[in-house]
Amino acid sequence: MSGFLGYLLQRLIGVMVTILFVAITIFLMVRILPGDPARVIAGVLASDQDVARIRTQLGLDQPLWTQAGIFLNDLAHGDLGTSARTSDPVTQEILARLPYTALLAVVSLAVAIAVGLPLGALAAARAGSLADLAVSALVLFGISMPVYWLGLMLIILFSIQLRWLPAAGASGPLSIILPAVTLAAFSVAFIARITRSSMLEVLRQDYVRTARAKGTPARGVLWRHALRNALPPIVTIIGLQFGELLGGAILTETVFGWPGMGRLLVDSIFSRDYPMVQGLVIVFALMFALVNLAVDLLYERIDPRVRYG
Amino acid sequence: MASPAPAPAAAARSGGALRRAFGGETLKRLRRNPSAVTGVVILLLLVLAAIFAPLLTPYDPAKQSLSDVLQHPSRAHLLGTDQLGRDLLARILYGGRLTLFIGAFAVAVGIVVGVPLGVVSGFYRGATDMIIQRVMDLMLAFTSFLLALTLVSLLGVGLTNVIVAVGISTIPRFARLVRSSVLTIREISYVEASRALGAADQRVLWRHVLPNAVAPVIVQATLSMGGTILAAAGLGFLGLGVQPPTPEWGAMLGQGRNYIFSNPSVSTFPGIAIFLAVMGFNLLGDGLRDALDPQLRGSR
Repeated sequence: MSGFLGYLLQRLIGVMVTILFVAITIFLMVRILPGDPARVIAGVLASDQDVARIRTQLGLDQPLWTQAGIFLNDLAHGDLGTSARTSDPVTQEILARLPYTALLAVVSLAVAIAVGLPLGALAAARAGSLADLAVSALVLFGISMPVYWLGLMLIILFSIQLRWLPAAGASGPLSIILPAVTLAAFSVAFIARITRSSMLEVLRQDYVRTARAKGTPARGVLWRHALRNALPPIVTIIGLQFGELLGGAILTETVFGWPGMGRLLVDSIFSRDYPMVQGLVIVFALMFALVNLAVDLLYERIDPRVRYG
Repeated sequence: MASPAPAPAAAARSGGALRRAFGGETLKRLRRNPSAVTGVVILLLLVLAAIFAPLLTPYDPAKQSLSDVLQHPSRAHLLGTDQLGRDLLARILYGGRLTLFIGAFAVAVGIVVGVPLGVVSGFYRGATDMIIQRVMDLMLAFTSFLLALTLVSLLGVGLTNVIVAVGISTIPRFARLVRSSVLTIREISYVEASRALGAADQRVLWRHVLPNAVAPVIVQATLSMGGTILAAAGLGFLGLGVQPPTPEWGAMLGQGRNYIFSNPSVSTFPGIAIFLAVMGFNLLGDGLRDALDPQLRGSR
């Protein structure tokens, strides 16, 4: 067990280093890329005094090293700065939105796994059949379709035509259905595709033939032997693909007016709230890194060949 | 974005790989591949429609007509009109030029920067490799759409910045792919033999390593076209892409969504156009992968 704890600690330090570098990068991007944040926030008509005042307010008049020191020190204390738009602490505003994005991401991922995994396994078990072809078509549809367009089409069908589900907002449990289905579509396709290929690989192995030869029912071979061994690469891909899911969440939240971090990010970009954009990018990267850490830890559970320590 | 990277260096089993990869045998396999053929047909139709847009529609994509706003599809306007009375079909046809242009140039940015990084990383290894790979890790930690979105929000909107932002977000994909190809190829015996005979790095690189790394890059570039089109249209949808009145599919969809209650076609048709383009590249990419690397056939 101590081996595992050591491994966990090592990985957590890795996540922190990644986030530190992400933070430094976004900090430098905001300050070095062309464009003066203070002037942009002040507006085109602002006087030079106003711009100077905002620059002081944001600390942009300090030398870069001083700014970086203050920024990183605050970051270490969980302080992401002050919103240029509302003057509230960035951390507080993000924490208020975080549960919505986390809920949307978790529900979508659950839907995607619950649908994608069996579809992929089915396609592999009956490779070349009509069912396989249907799954392939579905996969192609899922990975080629713009998520924002699917969202709008679902709104047109289920909210405007049928009036079954709310078109926007987050009031009541019904309102998550459309955003979650929209966001899940790409992941369903992706998971089905990778499950199919991973299962096909495993079904060719000797131990599967042995299991069949000793008379294990086909269903048992498929689910007990094959899927279990096909799972590790699938789980890895699901973790990596979570980044795409977060990107999709930004668009999905915008389509459905879902009050999560993605919508806050888009709003903040339009209102030139650089401290907020900076903070959101860091928190998004942190979520992605933590999910991938969790995925790697899951590995031990599902793949007995991997042991830490 | 959409697909896992093709297996690296699979075409690297013998010399003259470049000729072998793109010779008649590959073309024959491509022609027999239903996925590749469908992809090519879709893409050809889209390219021809974009090129010959002025011949296919009498309407000017920028011409507003306030007496014709938000019309449903009719004989005069086959796909209807948008919120400013502009003909939707004309805007989609002309918009195709921009979408294909953005997608291609963004992928070009990814290749031009990513491939040399991957070659240097894989060929020289050591500290250079370590630094390049950590930078790629850092870019991947942002996740691709968020990286493009952040870059565009800092650089400002507009055609060039969208291409640069989306292009930069594809760099790690090419750098990683080429690095692993090169790592595999340089261990192959004939490359080792050539080095042992005293061939200079440059010669080994140009004659043996690069030609063998080309095939996976072409597959990845094709699949990436779908990804860059989706990402660029996503930025357009958010209002952070190419700015109005230029007809761009993502932006049309984004503006059309305010009118889905009165006229859904304004957001429906541009979305179908994006979908077809992305699907075309995904089909062609899958077909190319199968044709260039028969060993992988059916495994993905």
